[in-house]
Amino acid sequence: MGLLSKKDAILLTDPLADNNPITIQVLGICSALAITAELKASIVMAISVMFVLGLGNVVISLMRNIIPSKIRIIVQLIVVATLVIIVDLVLKAFAYELSKTLSVFVGLIITNCIIMGRFEAFALANKPWRSFLDGIGNAVGYGVILIMVGFFRELLGSGTLLGFKVLGDPIEKTGLYAIGYENNGFMLLSPMALIVVGIIIWIQRSRNATLIEEN
Amino acid sequence: MEHIELFFKSIFIDNMVFATFLGMCSYLAVSKKVATAVGLGAAVIFVLAVTVPLNWLLDQYILQPGALGWLGAEYAAYDLSFLSFIMFIATIATMVQLVEIIVEKFSPSLYNSLGIFLPLIAVNCAILGGSLFMQSREIPSLGLALTYGVGSGIGWFLAILAIAAIREKIRYSSVPPALRGLGITFIITGLMAIGFMSFGGMLTGGDEEVKPKKEVEAIIEKVEKKEIANNTKTIK
Repeated sequence: MGLLSKKDAILLTDPLADNNPITIQVLGICSALAITAELKASIVMAISVMFVLGLGNVVISLMRNIIPSKIRIIVQLIVVATLVIIVDLVLKAFAYELSKTLSVFVGLIITNCIIMGRFEAFALANKPWRSFLDGIGNAVGYGVILIMVGFFRELLGSGTLLGFKVLGDPIEKTGLYAIGYENNGFMLLSPMALIVVGIIIWIQRSRNATLIEEN
Repeated sequence: MEHIELFFKSIFIDNMVFATFLGMCSYLAVSKKVATAVGLGAAVIFVLAVTVPLNWLLDQYILQPGALGWLGAEYAAYDLSFLSFIMFIATIATMVQLVEIIVEKFSPSLYNSLGIFLPLIAVNCAILGGSLFMQSREIPSLGLALTYGVGSGIGWFLAILAIAAIREKIRYSSVPPALRGLGITFIITGLMAIGFMSFGGMLTGGDEEVKPKKEVEAIIEKVEKKEIANNTKTIK
């Protein structure tokens, strides 16, 4: 990839912070909360969304002049559903344990608002290369939040990262557990995901006052 | 009765918003006023009640491994479950379109008040999630699928009604500026989810055999309690 023009580079960097799909555009919340109890699941979900959103944006952008407006939602749904079936089958074949953890949320990528949202807002009106960049940018922005939430939930909830025991062994009481530290099992439950995302939004808006909502 | 148990389980214990986070995007976007929240919640209940049983029929007679046996013995070996996503979402999109046409014809005022939200229900993860959970939990009968659909819808409706009511009131509180709007909604939803976790113990028990001595033991307990109460009174 050569040097991207300034306009194109913004497509990649905007969704990372200032136009983040989860915290600013409020899209894609469902899966961000449900599967982030493990860091590995978060990473795999982020990569899956990157695949579906990137390729989907390109396909819709290529077809944008021939889709009749009345059936465009159905066409978008079919494109996404096909890509998600591919992702689901690949996961089932190469990472069966993980696909069990992700269970129905792989299928729910179809209704992930980020994907339909970007199709409508960008791919239907822009050329394929820019649509691809926009798709990748938004998926990376989504992935950043997912990984952040997954990192804290897994670290504080089970003391592991990607399955490796980083804080010591809880049964043998080595490492941090030797001084009496206990895992906060509550972090693995659903309510904490909501509160962690709320705190991330709080931090982001404190640092960037333009994002604060008027009352 | 398994219907009643599934009904209450899908409203409180497996609540679509608080336990599995389905439909969060429209939940957050539409919950600024109670009136629109009620309208959207009602539409979600209706669409779920229609699509979950329909998708159950699809799953039972076409998609499951071995489901095509009714066509002929040689078709029983086919496993079309990989087509689930496309078939479910196609059913949902079609049913929502149909519901839209019917509502527009029979109740124009309801149609106007729902506005853009009715077609948006097709891509609400709660609807597809309802069908996918119905499939992954292997709900055994059509009646139970209907109960599950209606129950899940009512659970979602309860959640969005509660958060809309709270958000209307919280505009008069002094929330820190950076938390205003989206941030505080997330945290409140988290607290509500913690509250709903208390329902987790609701359906345990009741499957045990009724002990015949239970009544006698209950009476003995009552008498003992009365004695203790009397004793503490006399000591005082």
